[in-house]
Amino acid sequence: MNTVPMESGLILAGILFILGFIGVLVRRNMVFILLSLEVMLNASGLAFIAAGSRWVQPDGQVMFIFILAMAAAEVSVGLALILQIFRDFKTLDADAADNMRG
Amino acid sequence: MAIVFYIAAIVAVISTVMVITRLNAVHALLYMVVSLLSVAVIFFILGAAFVAALEVIVYAGAIMVLFVFVVMMLNLGPASAEAESRWLSASGWIGPGILSAVLIVELVYILFTNARQDITAQGVDPRQVGIALYGPYILGVELAAMLLMAGIVGAYHLGRYRNVMLHRYLHKELP
Repeated sequence: MNTVPMESGLILAGILFILGFIGVLVRRNMVFILLSLEVMLNASGLAFIAAGSRWVQPDGQVMFIFILAMAAAEVSVGLALILQIFRDFKTLDADAADNMRG
Repeated sequence: MAIVFYIAAIVAVISTVMVITRLNAVHALLYMVVSLLSVAVIFFILGAAFVAALEVIVYAGAIMVLFVFVVMMLNLGPASAEAESRWLSASGWIGPGILSAVLIVELVYILFTNARQDITAQGVDPRQVGIALYGPYILGVELAAMLLMAGIVGAYHLGRYRNVMLHRYLHKELP
């Protein structure tokens, strides 16, 4: 039997997404927040791949490649911002950069 | 094949839990690499071999190396792990944890009320993906190129050392 139920793939994607979401909500270190965002993007890509191979269409993999490009761009800008904030505030605490009263 | 899928899924979930609970950033990065590799195994089982290779090369290779370099540049000592353990209080975990657990239980319930659908691992070969990517999705490829260009420019601009601006007469740092 070479089959996997699609629900398992989608549930795994959901669990990984929720874990990344908890990471974003709970952590205060900005490196960990960015890492949790990566977990969430990866989980959404997993959902696309599972759906794409359920209907044997290439669209899921195409969307994953777009997500990959977006994650690379996002992480480069985010890490540059983290370096800049660390240079200014000498801490990685996300609550330190609250000049805009967010 | 199904048993390999479930083993890889368990490894992915455990390593992701370790990612969001570690105090040391480098340990979290190493667990993240394990998580990405197990997701790559899952992609391979689902019949997306090209994307599995891409996941290993781009995610576990390039993006994680970027993270490692930034952690090296930040030069965090043991004091940062101690600060992390102060920030990670139990009261901070409980609220988001319970609410997110409710959401995932709802998702599982919704998925199991529908009819079961099987994925046969016949797979989509990279040739079809390439044809779709440069056929109907060509606009998306161009937008992704522009996004990556903007990412390069933004990272260069933000990552530069800012010069301290000194006025000619007023020898005081401007705000």
